[in-house]
Formats: sequence, C-alpha cells, structure tokens
Amino acid sequence: MLDFPRWKVISISLLVAFGVLMSLPSLLVGESHKYWPSFLPDETINLGLDLQGGSHILLEADPADVAVTRLETMEESVRAVMRRADPRIDIGDISRRDGAVSFMVRDSTQVDAAREELVTLTTGAGLTGQRDWDIEVIDDTRFVVTPTEAGLESAVDNAMETATDVIRRRIDAMGTREPTIIRQGVNRIVVQVPGLDDPEALKALLGQTAKLEFKLVDFEADPNAVAAGRPPVGSQIFPYPDNPSGLPNIAVKRLGGITGDRLTDAGQGFEPDTNAAVVNITFDAEGGARFARLTQNNVGRPFAIILDGEVLSAPNINEPILGGSAQISGNFTVESANQLAIALRSGALPVELKIVEERTVGPDLGADSIRKGMIAAIIATVAVLTFMIVTYGRFGVYANIALTLNLFIIVGVMAMFNATLTLPGIAGFVLTVGSAVDANVLINERIREERRRGRRIHQALEVGYKEASRAIFDANITNVIAGLLLFLFGSGPVKGFAVVLMIGIASSVFTAVVFTRMLVALWVRKKRPQELVI
Amino acid sequence: MKLLKLVPDDTNIRFLKWRNIALVISILTMIASIALVATRGLNFGVDFVGGQMIQATFTETETAPITELRSSIGALGYGDATIQRFGADNEVSIRMRLPAEAETRPEAANEMTERIVATIKEGHPDVRIDGVESVSGKVSSELFETGAYSLIFALIAISIYIWIRFEWQFGFGALFALFHDVVLTFGLFALTQLEFNLNIIAALLTIIGYSLNDTIVVYDRIRENLKKYRKMDIVALLDLSLNETLARTVMTSLTMLIALAALVFLGPEVIFGFAVAMFFGVVVGTYSSVYMASPVLIWLKVGPDTFVPAPSPGENAEKVGGPEQVG
Repeated sequence: MLDFPRWKVISISLLVAFGVLMSLPSLLVGESHKYWPSFLPDETINLGLDLQGGSHILLEADPADVAVTRLETMEESVRAVMRRADPRIDIGDISRRDGAVSFMVRDSTQVDAAREELVTLTTGAGLTGQRDWDIEVIDDTRFVVTPTEAGLESAVDNAMETATDVIRRRIDAMGTREPTIIRQGVNRIVVQVPGLDDPEALKALLGQTAKLEFKLVDFEADPNAVAAGRPPVGSQIFPYPDNPSGLPNIAVKRLGGITGDRLTDAGQGFEPDTNAAVVNITFDAEGGARFARLTQNNVGRPFAIILDGEVLSAPNINEPILGGSAQISGNFTVESANQLAIALRSGALPVELKIVEERTVGPDLGADSIRKGMIAAIIATVAVLTFMIVTYGRFGVYANIALTLNLFIIVGVMAMFNATLTLPGIAGFVLTVGSAVDANVLINERIREERRRGRRIHQALEVGYKEASRAIFDANITNVIAGLLLFLFGSGPVKGFAVVLMIGIASSVFTAVVFTRMLVALWVRKKRPQELVI
Repeated sequence: MKLLKLVPDDTNIRFLKWRNIALVISILTMIASIALVATRGLNFGVDFVGGQMIQATFTETETAPITELRSSIGALGYGDATIQRFGADNEVSIRMRLPAEAETRPEAANEMTERIVATIKEGHPDVRIDGVESVSGKVSSELFETGAYSLIFALIAISIYIWIRFEWQFGFGALFALFHDVVLTFGLFALTQLEFNLNIIAALLTIIGYSLNDTIVVYDRIRENLKKYRKMDIVALLDLSLNETLARTVMTSLTMLIALAALVFLGPEVIFGFAVAMFFGVVVGTYSSVYMASPVLIWLKVGPDTFVPAPSPGENAEKVGGPEQVG
C-alpha cells in the first residue's frame, strides 16, 4: 500500500535537502556569496562562453607542413653529419623531391660510411624500435631517405603536443583567467577563453608561429637575381616588405645564423633615439656566445632579423654585441611589439596553426541572453505551476513542490560536477519545467481514471502510481537516448543542453514519482481522507 | 474547490474514423515539406555551410546603417553580405558565405571576418561587436555530417528500444511517427527560411524524444488494453486507448506549449529558431502519436495475440525495474 517507513521518509528528505544545499552556492549572487559558511560545499555551475562572453577558437595544423619541415631538417642534418664525418664524406646533388631527401655520394668507397652515419640519424627515439625513415640506395651511390608513415605520425603528434604547450604559455602570458586548451583529434587544438576584452589580440597571438632567426645578409648577391627570387649559391631569399632599398626580397647566408629558441626572455621596450617600439631579447648562455661570435666576426656588415619567414629589419652590426641581449627593431606598434615579445617568450610553434573556427560572444550579448533566458524560465515556471494547481488541486500542489525542488536539484547536481550552463541549457531548464510535470500528469490522470472506475481511494492511488510508472519509465529512457546522442554529437553549447536535459530527466523521475508519492502517502496517513478531489 | 477538467470524463472521440483522411493529409504535408526543402532549400547557418556571421550593435544610432554596411562590406570583394535586423532596430546580423579561396586555405573564413570587423569598426566607431562566428568549409561539413548522423542514430536507437520493449509493429509505428515529425519540421524551416543551425539539430533530437513520450504513453495503454479486452475490435480498442490517455496528452502538450511559448516570445533571439522548432515539434508530435503511430498498428495487423497473454487475470501489470519503484 502507500505506507512509507520512517527511514524511507528520512532518506528521501535528506537526498532532496542535499540537492537543494548543493544548488545554493550557484544561486547566491555577487556580495552575498561572502556570507556562505566555508564548511559547506561551495562548488558552483560554470557559465558557458555564450553566457559570460568569450572566445572559442579551433586551430588546425596541416600535417603536410610538418612533413615539409621535417624534410628540411633532415636535409640540413644530412649535410651536417656528412661534413663532420671523419674523413669527410663528399656529397652532391642533394634535393627534397617527392617527399624524400636524396643525395649522391661522390666517392663510391664511402657509401658504407655514409650509410652508417645515416642510420644513426634516422633511428627513431621510440622504445619500440620503429624506424622513422627508410634508407634506400639506388645506382650504387644515390641515397634516398623516405619518411615512414609511423615516423610522420609521431612527428605530427610531437609537433601538436609542443604546439599545445606553447599556446598555453602564450595565453597564460596574456593574463587571461581560466583558459581551456585541449588537443582535439590528430591535428587540432581547441582554445576557449572566457570574458575577453579584445579577441583580435588573442587571435593575432595564436596565429603567429614566432620562429625568429638571425642570419647574415649576403651583400655580394646580385640585386637583380635577388629581386627575381634567384639566390646565389649558399644563400636563401626571404621577402623583406620594409626594405629601405625598395627591393621586395633580400638574400641571406644559409649557414651561420642563430634561431630564437636560444632565448631566455623577451620584452617590449623603446629605442632611446627614435622612441620607436622595439622588442628586447636576452639569449641563454650558448645563444649569447654564438651571437657574440657572429657579431664579432661581422662588424660593419648587416644581419637580417627574420620572423616567420619574413625579414623584419636588417641592421648593421656597429660593434660586437657581447652581453647576450639584443634589440629587434622593425615596423612595430607598442601593441605588436608586446605581442611578439609574448610569442617569443613562449617559444615558437613547431608548426603553423590556422584558425578554422571561431565563436566569440561579447559580454553584453551574454548578459542579455541570461536576462531574457531567466525571464522566460520564470514566466514558464509560474504559468505551469498555476496550471497544475487549477487542474489537480492538492495533487497539483504536490507536483509543484516536486517541480520546484527538481529545478534546485538540477542546479545542485550540475554544481557538484562543475557542469557548464549554456544558453541552450537554459532552454533545457524551460523544457524540463514543461516535461517534468508530465510524470505527475500521467499519475494524476490515472488516479482520476481509477476513481471513475469505482476503486477506493487507497487502491486508486496505489494503482495510479504503479500503472503510470511503467509509461514514465519507458518514456524517460527514450529521452535519455536522445539526450545521450545530443551529448555525443553536439558541440559546446548543445552539449550543455544535453547535460541539463539528462540530469533533468533523472531528477524529475525521482521528484515527480518518488517524492510526490511520499507526500501523498504522508497526507493520506495523517488525514485519512474520505473523498479525493482530483 | 472545483478543478479544471480540459477533457470531460465521458469523452469518446472516434479518432480513427478519420485515419485514412489523416493519412492522406499527413502524406501530402510530408510531400509538400520535401518539395519545399528541395525547391526553396534550407537557410543553412554558418555551422553547416561555412562562412561567417557577425552580430553588431550600433550604440549611438536608432537604426543600424544597413545600406551603408552593405556597400562598404561589398567593397571588400567577398560578395554580397546578408544583413538583417537582429532584435532591436540598431542591432544587425551580417552573414557571408565562404570566400572563393576557402577551398585551398582553411583560414580564409576567419581572415574575411577580421577584415569585415575592421571595416565596420573603422566606419562606425560606436559599433559594439556582440558576436562573431566563422567556420571553415571543412569544419562545417564535419558538423553537418555529425548532425545528420546523430538524427539517424537517434531514430534508429529509439525504434530499436520500442521494438524491444513492445513489438516490432510498435517500433515501426514509432519510427513512422518520428519520421513524420522530423520531415514536417524540415518543411517548416524551408517555408519560413529561419536559420537552420546546430541548435535546430538539438531541437530535432529533443522533438524526437518528446514526440515519443506521447507515442509511448498511448502504446503502453494499447498494450494494456490488448491484454485486458481480448475480444474487442482493434479499431475500437485503439480509440478506447486514445480516449483514455487523451486527458494526459492534452495536459502535457499544454504545459510544454506554455513553457515553450515563454521561450518563443520572451527568450533570447539567439535561440528563437530553436524555440519555434520545439513548439512546432510538440504540436506535430502530439498529432502524429494519434494519427500516425496508432493506425500503423492496424495496418500491421496488431491483435490480441501480439503479446503473450498475462498469466492470470488482474495481474496484467508488468513489473518494471528501475530505482523509482519504491514501496
């Protein structure tokens, strides 16, 4: 029958009270939060980016870029090891065609020695002993070094790992609070930054690879050849947009440069004479020594400062720079100099990242969404509550108590799991208001029906709850299926909707069936009603 | 206290008398919906076709300078922008399809957004950028794919569940009714040209869930009555079941519609399409539970022998598990 043992009443009440207690910290607004006793749980709901404002940015790397960089590095390494070998191995006709590095050993007696050098160069760092590169010899003296699929995969993986760290350091350096940076899939990174004043600055920072190089200018190069993009032997051509000579390009020596990964610090500063914005950099010990050597040997000659494949400036070396710090001049604003400083401090990205998706919501729109969403939710709740009382009287009141507690419990459960409330999530609340009473409607209608059939009060209540439970159970399972799919396939805000929906389903079954049943049982036991108004 | 009864106790509507007419109407509206989608197409948002959308408020003017924006953005050479009022008179949404170069450069959509934002800010210092969305072609086609998959999976998974809990005829009937609801909602979006975006997929999945609510309640009662009245004619039995559950159907649909009306009329503009889809879905979902899901059972020859008879009279209630079975 409808008897409820005391322990059941107590445990149900405790469960409900716990849910409500968990919800309170999230509902305290502003100042009042300070008075919340510290021994109580103080987890709160997170607001999604669409409610508090912020940027969601999806970055993507092209694995082909990683492959190209890797081939370049391999070519450089091959040149270096062959030159350093004892005796020196003379090679020629080196090229990077068809995704492989190939070269010729000039002296056929050195082929075995060359192969030995190559093997040390191409063995993977992994413990599995997998090969990162395949070595092939054709026509006796020509080597072809091809990257293996596994080698490329692990290279992309490493590059993305590093890139994620670099992005995290850069965003931390911007001083934003609570950024979320997650690797996604093979070649993507999701960045979510709440409450941002200037999303453009963030994007500029993310989009910059920040690969800094210092290379000597090849001032003997023929200007016409340079302009046409044909480098002299041993040199490379780089674009130079601010070139004072008016040429679009500049030739620099391939060897003997320094890269920006030898930096320990970078900061924005001003050039004392012109008051132009510059970036001050400090090298680590080895970088400083190399920079000193480079400048000592080349006093009076220009060197190029190259950022992401573009020359910023090419100042003359007036005197050796021995202190391990230097100044980068270019066409900077204070802002862009500051950004470059952050990027340099955080390290260069191992691969270029492109923004393939952006969703930014301004704080005003977010606040507007919260306000309108809350109004809709309150109006919906009040209307449904009234409707239930008018239709079911006492039983409507029970359903309403259940519904109200249900809303608190959803908030409480979300706070407990630190779930995120999004705008579709608010819609989920409104929907829950509409649908949570469905269980009570089912039960109450069934009780009405059983009374009509002439069942006594006790029996009608008993049968009403029992028979309705089956349909409630089935209907909610199918809703959970839909909710799960929403969660699995949905993107950010939609996931938030699915979370509210599923928590709402679970807690509404509890409040609408178990909790109201307890209320009804307690009432029947106490009053022993002779008539049932429903 | 006199309580409200929307459906009088002795209601006995012969719903299924009109089942053939209803079927014809339903099939015609479904065909019309498909035709609308085929001819007018859906107004896909940037989520599904890529491109960019900017929401902007012009804080110091009464109305947004739409014509001026159209020409200054048009001058950037990305094609014509779709500029619409969005909420108040001084708020606009600016939509732009993927630029031509997006095919080879995935970052092109975002660069276009940056240039448009810069252009607007330059021409109108009072502008406040409220929202920016840019989606590359690849990402949008992925979103499209997962959206489509989730709808198909939901339809199949739910039908399988009904099939397991009831019988195959019921699973088929539920699938048929859900398909009807989804097709009609697509039709609504083709007709009104409301933006079809990720939120609408969420709405469709929710419609599937809630439309099923109704269907299950009716099916549950049909199963109960099939066991109880083994001699009754199937059409009469279905009508009886529909009438017995009618009060609940009306009540629940009304509470849902009340809640949703609040969202449609008072809720944020951003989820207007979502709220409209849900509202429409509840209406067609209720209809389809009566006129789609039930008649299918007649055509599929559901009868008293579909379910194994209950062991003894009066014990026809099946035990269900679940944590809510307390006491």
